[in-house]
Amino acid sequence: MANIHPYGCFTHAIVRGIPESFGKLAEGGEGAQADLAKAQRQMGVLTGTLRQKVGLQLIEIPADAQLPESWRIEDVAVIQGDTALITRPFKQQRRSEAEAVRRVMSELNLTVVEMGDEEGGSAGATLEGSDVLFTGKEFFVGISKHTNHRGAEVLADTFKDFAVSTVPVCGGSRLKNICSMGGPDTIIISQSEGAKKTLRMMEQLTDHHYDILSVAEDVAANCVYVRSPAKVDFLLHPTAEECPDSIPVFQRLTDYTLLPTACSEAFKQGGALSSLCLLINKKLGC
Amino acid sequence: MTTEVGTETDVKKEPEKVQEVQQQTDQPDKTSDGAAPANAEEHQQGSQSAEAPTEQEESPEPRSPTPAGEQKKEKGISRFLPPWLKRQKSQSQEKESESAAANVKDEEQEEKGIKETSEDQPAEVKEVTGEKSKPEEVQVEEKDREEQKSVGSADTQPVREETEGEPDEKHKQQVNAQETPSKLTKKMKMVVCHVTLLDGSQFTCDVEKRAKGQYLFFEVCKHLNLMEKDYFSLSFKDSADQRCWLDPTKEIKRQIRNSQWQFAFSVKFYPPDPSQLTEDITRYLLCLQLRQDIASGRLPCSFVTHALLGSYALQAELGDYDTEEHRVDYIADFQFAPNQTKELEEKVVELHKSHRGMTPAQADIQFLENAKKLSMYGVDLHHAKDSDGVDIMLGVCANGLLIYKDRLRINRFAWPKILKISYKRSNFYIKIRPGETEQFESSVGFKLPNHRAAKRVWKVCVEHHTFFRLTSPEQPTKTKFLTLGSKFRYSGRTQAQTRQASTLIDRPAPYFERTSSKRISRSLDGAPVVNVAGGDSMGVGENGPTLELNSDTKVVDVEKPSVDVDTSVSEQTATHVADSAVIKSKLRVQGENIYVRHSNLMLEDPQKTSPHPENDSRDGSKSSEVIPDVNGQMEVVEVLEETVVIEEVVKAKPKSPAPEVTTEIGTAPEVKEEQSLSSDSESEDEAEYHAQTPSASFCVQQIKEEPEEEEAELNQQAPPSDAEPIRETESSAIEEESSSAQPDEGISTEEVSMTPDEASNGHVLDTEDPPATEGEEPHIVNGNVSRVETERLPQVICCSEPPVVKTEMVTISDTFAAQKTEISTKEVPIVHTETKTITYEAAQLDGNGDGEPGVLMTAQTITSESLCTTTTTHITKTLKGGLSETRIEKRIVITGDSDIDHDQALAQAIKEAKEQHPDMSVTRVVVHKETELAEDED
Repeated sequence: MANIHPYGCFTHAIVRGIPESFGKLAEGGEGAQADLAKAQRQMGVLTGTLRQKVGLQLIEIPADAQLPESWRIEDVAVIQGDTALITRPFKQQRRSEAEAVRRVMSELNLTVVEMGDEEGGSAGATLEGSDVLFTGKEFFVGISKHTNHRGAEVLADTFKDFAVSTVPVCGGSRLKNICSMGGPDTIIISQSEGAKKTLRMMEQLTDHHYDILSVAEDVAANCVYVRSPAKVDFLLHPTAEECPDSIPVFQRLTDYTLLPTACSEAFKQGGALSSLCLLINKKLGC
Repeated sequence: MTTEVGTETDVKKEPEKVQEVQQQTDQPDKTSDGAAPANAEEHQQGSQSAEAPTEQEESPEPRSPTPAGEQKKEKGISRFLPPWLKRQKSQSQEKESESAAANVKDEEQEEKGIKETSEDQPAEVKEVTGEKSKPEEVQVEEKDREEQKSVGSADTQPVREETEGEPDEKHKQQVNAQETPSKLTKKMKMVVCHVTLLDGSQFTCDVEKRAKGQYLFFEVCKHLNLMEKDYFSLSFKDSADQRCWLDPTKEIKRQIRNSQWQFAFSVKFYPPDPSQLTEDITRYLLCLQLRQDIASGRLPCSFVTHALLGSYALQAELGDYDTEEHRVDYIADFQFAPNQTKELEEKVVELHKSHRGMTPAQADIQFLENAKKLSMYGVDLHHAKDSDGVDIMLGVCANGLLIYKDRLRINRFAWPKILKISYKRSNFYIKIRPGETEQFESSVGFKLPNHRAAKRVWKVCVEHHTFFRLTSPEQPTKTKFLTLGSKFRYSGRTQAQTRQASTLIDRPAPYFERTSSKRISRSLDGAPVVNVAGGDSMGVGENGPTLELNSDTKVVDVEKPSVDVDTSVSEQTATHVADSAVIKSKLRVQGENIYVRHSNLMLEDPQKTSPHPENDSRDGSKSSEVIPDVNGQMEVVEVLEETVVIEEVVKAKPKSPAPEVTTEIGTAPEVKEEQSLSSDSESEDEAEYHAQTPSASFCVQQIKEEPEEEEAELNQQAPPSDAEPIRETESSAIEEESSSAQPDEGISTEEVSMTPDEASNGHVLDTEDPPATEGEEPHIVNGNVSRVETERLPQVICCSEPPVVKTEMVTISDTFAAQKTEISTKEVPIVHTETKTITYEAAQLDGNGDGEPGVLMTAQTITSESLCTTTTTHITKTLKGGLSETRIEKRIVITGDSDIDHDQALAQAIKEAKEQHPDMSVTRVVVHKETELAEDED
């Protein structure tokens, strides 16, 4: 298809600033204890890396203190090719996070697809981007607390070219907490029992072959892979401090440019590296 | 069929020539001679002359117009004599010519039927007559049509379906080819078939009312000038408006039933990599199919993909975008998507402009390269429910079975993971190979809307598995008397085979017209192809069948000059006997009656033609047994082997363990027809298919419980022959093998030995497969599986040179227990089967058996049938290193009551075999005797 390219070709990244309410929950109340300054610092490092090292065009949506979880921008949209599906997060309060994102998508000339009315055919559907693993060839949707089958169906209807398989999310609250893409045909996945179970299901469901990069720590299972237009493989991964046992695994990727990027604050809040950005490919071909 | 020509000519040019000549000489004979003696017959006469003078005397007989008398006479004789091979032959000749001569003597036949049946069991006359006369009618008709000649193939077809699943393609083609000229013979009812082609046009074709699906399909392919036709098929809508594939091996009329003679030509197997197709025309047709699939929504895709594919379609149809010519609405006639928007059309035009300079063929390739990546490409969806009653979709595709809930893939079973596919009533089951961590196989069941749907999805699975996963179609097991369920197997070529065949396509890229553009198709290098192909391809089309026509006798011709023994082979080949299954079912119905049957010739050559489903798995295994043989000499040596298997079946009671009997007896005539003519009848409630690994050509058909509905019928219809409750099945098998070499380790060897053949096809073998498959066939005794389920001989004893008994093992096994478990669910009187198998085995040349397997060059199966015997001769030719080996395995099934002197029959069979093949040594004789006792007798 026009829009099937090896995974990893991105030209743009969208991020959203860390709000002062960082650490609070969207529905009100406190989440895990948070260090706002550190979180903002880490976000700064990430954006700098994406912009300067990886060379992506960065679009930064200003933080909104009214939306304490809005920094998890990955949840609110699933983008493939030039189509962006605006998701319907499980938490009612988070749904307004999408507004700013929607605007950016339109500016980027992406085809914006909505999940539809609350009452319509997709009533009850919930979907969060961090439960969606797009491998470049197919989608895996983790059925979790945040994402249900109806949501996955909407995703399947939106991206009709691709197989959309549902997998149970075991050993994590979101699919991307336990796995992420580490290359065009590489899945990085945690060694936890639950993750292995999910992986087996993914292997059962797929028509394709993936190399599996198994990492000891859960936090290490979420990385950001980008292949630059210059054909350089970049892998943003948590730092040695955060995942000492997994670093040797990453170092085996000798062709890669490894970019250790701290995300401990986001991780404390249930996020990960990939939660912090939406990646877009605006250029046909790779 | 045209593609085959290539293959064939390559493989054996000489035979064909010889054959053609022969055919020509034969022809006048036939036409002048109303009775139309078979071509094969002539061979037979020639070859027999040396050996059997008496036969020569008899051979004129066939032409005499007193068939009924003859038949009666024979019957009288053969009733009391064991089945001499010679006898069989002459009988078969008589029969055959009789049927040819009898032409339209339906009455006579019926009378005959009545006579036969009434001799012993007057009470059943009606049913039997119906059943019996039917196949004969068919034969007669075909005879008329063909004015005879390749005989066996035509004659046996209707019957073969019952025993062997699917007749071989080549035979079909022969028939087809022959049908054409004589179509207009009086009494032929012609029907007009309308076929909707992929470009939406209608193709109209007159076909004989009893024509098989293949005939129509080949006509369509000829019309389309399509050579890579194995990906395509014809379909029709059944009464429930469900799309059904037309089985090429079965009569059209029986399949469509009351539906219209309206068909659609479409892609059945979507090639996963269309760029590997050889011809542009094939890709073009695939494009048309996909455009249809996309426009109808069957193949969902995104807006972007709709636009891109649409733009390639435009480029292929209209050529470069032309500002002058192409106004905004120039694409109004095209449908690119189920819901086509202005926006989409604009996008299509925009992309169309960017394809400037692309040839239609290139545009097609681009189209396919994009379409093949769609996740639903080539997925055949079927509505079903899972075990919890949740609506799901079963998607059958090249890689396996996909399970969807709504649009989501919720499970996937790749072919290597599937051990068995079966259906029972409206349920569809797959048995899953245990995973690394699991210990046991698991089964997954799905509920289909109805029985027909279950069967349809089962068939599609069997076909896809065979086409995409195997290198060659498996051979359906030849069921003896324990038959249940459909024996349906995919009969066409596999993808590997069709790719192989495609490489031999040697014709200029054919000219074809794209629907709207009328542009001349260009081959990829851009060279315009002009009309050359028109006439040329016509020639090919006509040639194909003609050449294949000869295949019947081809082998015979080749071999005749070379070795004496071969003549006897050809002689056997020429024997023309009807199919065993018919006889058997009849016997079942009739109790101890013995019937004289027509003899038919079936000579098949699976290696040269496409798949050969009618060879039963035993054949396959035997032939592969040969492969490992080594003669240890550097020169090319021909070794002929022969195996004679004699089986005697005595049946006093119509109740057989096989439920089909019950249907035969009790159900409506229509059903009866199906039962007797086709194994794949719609009345079957279940069937199984054991997914084979590519490396194993061995398949087991399991018998499952009999559906209760049928039980009822059985009880109801219990025929009056209860007086004789003892059911005896006795069979003896003699196997002769060349003493030079033959592995004795049956099945395991067999499975492995197919490997080289497949490996040579470049097929990747799945190493994980064999263990489980073998696990399915537990008891292996001297190459035979002792398992009732498999319908193989339960026990076998082997010895070497027949008269000299070197090893002897006598086993008396009571398979009752096994049967009981099988049938326990039906409340039907259980039939005991006592099985006694004696094998006389020659001293084996050790070391040969585990030799490197060779390459199977040819394999043929000849089935002949007469009074109370069925002779199946398998001729296998293998090439190993520089050595060519021929092995003949003969299996004789004697079916009759206990009056038969088995020892005499055995001795005679061995003697016959030795006489026929003086150059060969008998290496193995297997006598298998089966006696069945009704339970109430115990």
